Amino acid sequence: MGALDNLKKLSALDGVSGDEKPVRDFILSHVKDYVDEYWIDKTGNLITYKKGTGNGPKVMLDAHMDEVGLMVTQITSDGLLKFQVVGGIEDRVLVGKRVRIGEKGVPGVIGFKPIHLQDKNERTGAVNKKKLTIDIGAKDKEQAEAKVEVGDIVAFAYDPVDFGDNKLMAKALDDRVGCAALIEILKERYEFDIYGCFTVQEEIGLKGAKTASFQVMPDIAIILEGTTCYDLPDTEEQGMSTRCGKGPALTIMDRSVIVDRDLLNHIVDVAKRNKIPYQFKQTISGGTNAGRIQVNGTGVKVAAIAVPCRYIHTPVSVMDKSDFENMIRLAKETLKALPAAGNLWGTGKTDINLYREQGGVEYV
Amino acid sequence: MFDIIKTLAQTFGPSGNEKKVADTISGMLRGKVDEIRTDAMGNLICVKKGSGKKIMLAAHMDEIGIIVSYIDEKGFLRFGNIGGLPPLIILGQRVVFENGTVGVIWYEENIDNMKNVTLGKMFIDIGAGSREEAERLVKVGDMAVFVGDTVEQNGKIISKSIDDRIGCAILVETALRQPETDNEVYYVFTTQEEVGLRGAKTAAFGILPDLALAIDVCDTGDIPNCNPMAVKLGGGPAIKIKDRSVIAHPLVKDLLVKAAKNKKIPYQLEIMKDGGTDAGSIHTTAGGIPSGGISIPCRFIHDAAEMVDLNDVNNAVKLLTEFVKSC
Repeated sequence: MGALDNLKKLSALDGVSGDEKPVRDFILSHVKDYVDEYWIDKTGNLITYKKGTGNGPKVMLDAHMDEVGLMVTQITSDGLLKFQVVGGIEDRVLVGKRVRIGEKGVPGVIGFKPIHLQDKNERTGAVNKKKLTIDIGAKDKEQAEAKVEVGDIVAFAYDPVDFGDNKLMAKALDDRVGCAALIEILKERYEFDIYGCFTVQEEIGLKGAKTASFQVMPDIAIILEGTTCYDLPDTEEQGMSTRCGKGPALTIMDRSVIVDRDLLNHIVDVAKRNKIPYQFKQTISGGTNAGRIQVNGTGVKVAAIAVPCRYIHTPVSVMDKSDFENMIRLAKETLKALPAAGNLWGTGKTDINLYREQGGVEYV
Repeated sequence: MFDIIKTLAQTFGPSGNEKKVADTISGMLRGKVDEIRTDAMGNLICVKKGSGKKIMLAAHMDEIGIIVSYIDEKGFLRFGNIGGLPPLIILGQRVVFENGTVGVIWYEENIDNMKNVTLGKMFIDIGAGSREEAERLVKVGDMAVFVGDTVEQNGKIISKSIDDRIGCAILVETALRQPETDNEVYYVFTTQEEVGLRGAKTAAFGILPDLALAIDVCDTGDIPNCNPMAVKLGGGPAIKIKDRSVIAHPLVKDLLVKAAKNKKIPYQLEIMKDGGTDAGSIHTTAGGIPSGGISIPCRFIHDAAEMVDLNDVNNAVKLLTEFVKSC
């Protein structure tokens, strides 16, 4: 499947927040023949426009291009690199990981004292990232400085691997799954205008989506994401956020957003009608661009469709390919059925609100 | 006034589900304002047209509550919070869903120390015997709110959801009195305040007012051994100086103080350490909007029994009416 190939290629590219160009270049080359217009804004968002065949709401589709990573903050006299994390990465995840640094992709590893040499405290205590460094094999500061600079972006250096029961293990599935899905969705034409937005800097505070939505001023927005998943035996069922292989996850509420109830119901209806599996995200943790886009302008009806990703924000997140394929199907069918769901954009009757039935405004 | 407060306080409306409150309010104001509209966030915007300044008065319709995240095979519900819910306060509370289903919040009793009780260790019992039975009444994603009567006693009102139906009631009452002014007054009933001042942001962007007030509740410093705060129940409506989300524009604050002095309305000055209001998101909208607030001193905020003084409420209506006329 083309989308899966794109996903693997996208995952292998580096696009840590603020440095999304490699990802953007790939996406642009794959969508520009399918869209009517595109531009790259000052913050680096790629915004594509695809004219609709009829009238309807303005729909924004969002997938963020950036991934979590690190940034070099200091080069020590030994030629080791001190760093800061960019986005949410747990300290324990960092130890012993291979990385690529800067545009040239200088290889490095986040080193740690071997178990033989650790005292008891070091063995049992918490990992402190302030004590971690990246080893690029340089013999001294001078040699290191010839290869990297302070401010260089550091990405995990892990290639995608197909394995197990229809699973894919890869870095940056959050949110290359959304990017690959959006490329696929943009290949078709819908009844109304679509703005496919590939946004920057989600991981450090939903930044790109803010400027992108301000330019687009959408009526409706659907966010395509990779989301948390924890379905391993040591957790009780109510603590599981989502479950791998049980279908794309729909957010009801998280820390950033309470999604639009009508739009959510519409998506659920579409899933049921087309027999596409889906699940609700059961925890209210995390945030997505939906939170930022919803409060844009005079307000946007938002929803989020996400692929469950185990070990998210690590170099080895794991997803079920069927969830990814079903996310694409669900998003496409949702868009195709949208014109009939008139209550979402002001022409249909809603059973509750008189002032909505009259087109949003009631003069009295 | 009490009837309006009671009607609004008892209407179901957790964040993101404010439609019933919006319908109730638009029913109350139909014919009393020139235009009623909503936006995509569900804000209810009632306009009294005029040629003068555009004044936005905001009170939020949403209330705190819980959202069902999981239903187990025995029919117990697991849940997350909507807005700030102190774990120890919600234990043993009754909650009610939109369809009238009532539940009791309890906790996994094998816990070592009650201090460690988190929402993750709690559940809601709706008396169902199985998952199937529970799912006939409630599904994942459904929201519920506290149960708590609205009563008047010793000049005080005790009720659930005083925060911020009291603000909604004050705006409704002010709009019904139809203050004589050339100013264009926007009575705005906002959504999703409790989860991050969200509705007010889009409402303010749609209106772009010249100045704005948030009408909400604030803490008091008048109960035994509490955190110090120079606001007390019955001391008059509080004019906002600052809270966690906003520093009131000095001009707006001064206009409110002047209005109170002119009409000899008792008032207090509010500096609230914790908690924010819609003014926090309004004042940074677009190119910036001078904003302030009138707060009703309230005890036990975010409990199922919040308490305010009816005199403070009535004086807030007077103050708001004078403010709208005088600025």
